[in-house]
Amino acid sequence: MTQRYAGDWRPGASLDVIKTRAALLKGVRAFFNQRDVLEVETPLLGASFGTDPSIEPLESKFTGPGYPGGKRLFLQSSPEFFMKRLLATGSGPIYQVCKAFRNGEAGKRHNPEFTLLEWYRPGFSADQLMDEVASLICSLVNVPNLAVERLGYRSLFLDHLDLDPLEAEASELCRCALDRNLLGAEGMQLDRDGWLDLLMTSFIEPELGREGLTFVTDYPATQASLARIDPEDPRVAKRFELYWKGLELANGFEELADPDEQSERFEQENCRRYSTGQKPMPVDDALLSALEAGLPACSGVALGLDRLLMCQLDSADIEEVLGFSLARL
Amino acid sequence: MATYNTNEFRGGLKLMLDGDPCTIIENEFVKPGKGQAFSRVKLRNLKTGRVLEKTFKSGESVEAADVMDRNLAYLYSDGEFWHFMDNESYEQYQADANAMGEATNWVKEQDNCLVTLWNGTPIAVEAPNFVVLEITETDPGLKGDTSGGGGKPATLETGAVVRVPLFVQTGEKIKVDTRNGEYVSRAKDD
Repeated sequence: MTQRYAGDWRPGASLDVIKTRAALLKGVRAFFNQRDVLEVETPLLGASFGTDPSIEPLESKFTGPGYPGGKRLFLQSSPEFFMKRLLATGSGPIYQVCKAFRNGEAGKRHNPEFTLLEWYRPGFSADQLMDEVASLICSLVNVPNLAVERLGYRSLFLDHLDLDPLEAEASELCRCALDRNLLGAEGMQLDRDGWLDLLMTSFIEPELGREGLTFVTDYPATQASLARIDPEDPRVAKRFELYWKGLELANGFEELADPDEQSERFEQENCRRYSTGQKPMPVDDALLSALEAGLPACSGVALGLDRLLMCQLDSADIEEVLGFSLARL
Repeated sequence: MATYNTNEFRGGLKLMLDGDPCTIIENEFVKPGKGQAFSRVKLRNLKTGRVLEKTFKSGESVEAADVMDRNLAYLYSDGEFWHFMDNESYEQYQADANAMGEATNWVKEQDNCLVTLWNGTPIAVEAPNFVVLEITETDPGLKGDTSGGGGKPATLETGAVVRVPLFVQTGEKIKVDTRNGEYVSRAKDD
């Protein structure tokens, strides 16, 4: 990948694709403008970073007035914490289009810098937000009758793999991978959620969203991320993901608003980071204070616009929708 | 023991898998937005030629295979082995029928071949893309036919049989594309 475009000064995306992207952005703004959702901007550089062990930061450092020794800053992997601070201030529904950054991720579906559309809806349930995600995409890609389905994470595993992802032990998940001749599964060191990710990406994901939009709902509580736990079934979280043409496009939550539980998750995730040799992340105290002050009950979602463009244009390589991917820097 | 981390994976990299040297054909980075990252790799087993797909956890290390491609001159065959020589170091190597594969159909003394060495032993031999070989036997064609349509089988000095146009005769030299085993043209005598 690194040497692929060495010496090529031109963008990866054609001018047509660049125009399609511009139209997409225009469509996003028109959609939210019509629905009275406020466009906001938040910093791309923050002093803290999420603790999720599966997301690694790109770091920077500010040195200047007030910070003679330098201030450690992280390129944000999502504007989530800042947007929640706005929500707790009483912003009402908000959206933003911004760049997000992740270290370690590059490939045909990944670039370390990518474009996110993220929005929050006070008073919305996850179900209501999924409806809005579907309406937005239908309006953006000009397919008015795009099929939309919702499938539970558990029922997907039961249907595709005859396995209960909420109950099965790590050893059963491993055996399932071996039974299906997944080369490499033998001897792989993974925790329970790691095995679920392996099965999901190998056997289920490629089948999702073939006929239209597929929302996967009710993720295991161990993969809650920043979603609240379902009060009716504590084994699952109010988290959903959107797939189209086998591509993961969006991730949404009924947002966790309890500061104590949030603080506990930060701590647990940092413990996991520590145990696997990853650096613990500085906890965002400002977010915890905002939750203390009161985050309105809300749902929020982040949608990858580069990948939406890939779907729209039937592209199999993110390189084709980015002006200048990592390989062209 | 040299190893490669998954971040070093790219097309052409040679790895040891289950005791066999393999080359990476394609490497795909796979990762759920909030989950474990993997490398899904398509590989060719250099001994058997078989293509397989294997998944690695990101960050894993895999043993490197001591494999290199060398241009070697073909010397002769003793029936069991085909002997090659490095024209610079004069070092000699012997390839068995397995390593030779299809190349036995095409190589002739002094041809330069791309030989894949694993731990110093040939495991694959690629004949030159084009070779010039003499026809040792073919039916006499019709006089005056120069269209090349139809064609007939011709046995070459290496024993290989290719289809040639009717006007080509026994004793003539022809140019053959070894990648598809097809006749290209008559070879000019020099």
